[in-house]
Amino acid sequence: MTTKTRETQIVVDPEVPLVRIIREFGAPPDKVFRAHTDPELVARWLGPRSLEMRIDRYDCRTGGSYSYRQVTGQDEFGFHGSFHEVRPNELIVQTFTYEGEPDGVALERVIFTDLGDGRTRLTATSLVDSFAARDAFIASGMEVGVREGYERLDEVLAAG
Amino acid sequence: MTADPLSRVFAALADPTRRDMVARLAAGDATVNELAEPYNVTVQAVSKHVKVLADAGLVSRTRDGQRRPVHLEAEVFDLMTKWIERYRREAEDRYRRLDEVLAAMPDETGTTQKGSSS
Repeated sequence: MTTKTRETQIVVDPEVPLVRIIREFGAPPDKVFRAHTDPELVARWLGPRSLEMRIDRYDCRTGGSYSYRQVTGQDEFGFHGSFHEVRPNELIVQTFTYEGEPDGVALERVIFTDLGDGRTRLTATSLVDSFAARDAFIASGMEVGVREGYERLDEVLAAG
Repeated sequence: MTADPLSRVFAALADPTRRDMVARLAAGDATVNELAEPYNVTVQAVSKHVKVLADAGLVSRTRDGQRRPVHLEAEVFDLMTKWIERYRREAEDRYRRLDEVLAAMPDETGTTQKGSSS
């Protein structure tokens, strides 16, 4: 099942419980890769704007691990995982666990493809262990940050 | 299997024959016999597929005299599309933040090797 636009493209696979996100960036792979590995840069885009991003650990190298919290008022959402394979400017394979459901784990693969002319295609795939988990994953995206996400989007759209 | 409607819809559509049947029903209602025609399967097998689709809320059986045509519930389909679209929007929003970060990063990147001083 594919929703195709010139923006972010989402593929929801009916055969295996995965979600794939495809997006192009106007920056070369080394820059996009650095924005994924430097915690100071990661903090600026990974979490929704309405939540404060607190990175406790972000050691993005093969065998490394990460842990961060998204904080709003009294609420904290913790996430952690391991970096399984990290190849500069090419690939990041990591696990992802939401601490509210500590037994659940997603296997995530981010591929950086050099499109030339200073452009990069990012292909981010999340594989979970059941369709129910995958669908909850999609549904959860609606609860945290989506309303505010729309507002941000509106702002961006209004600004042209 | 959870009670989550989206899960049931995705699970129902995980089967290629059922996806094909849904595509066919999008063009108009059809009876189980009519649905069975293009496939090399029994009417009983098609009935089972229709039941899975009906349990997921994707189709309903109406009564039209002796016929009981299968009807595609377009709103359920729309709901699923909407959920995926909202998820996509969230990803797009996240990557617009990444666009901003990338635009603010200095241009000279070179081949910086960190932590090589050990």
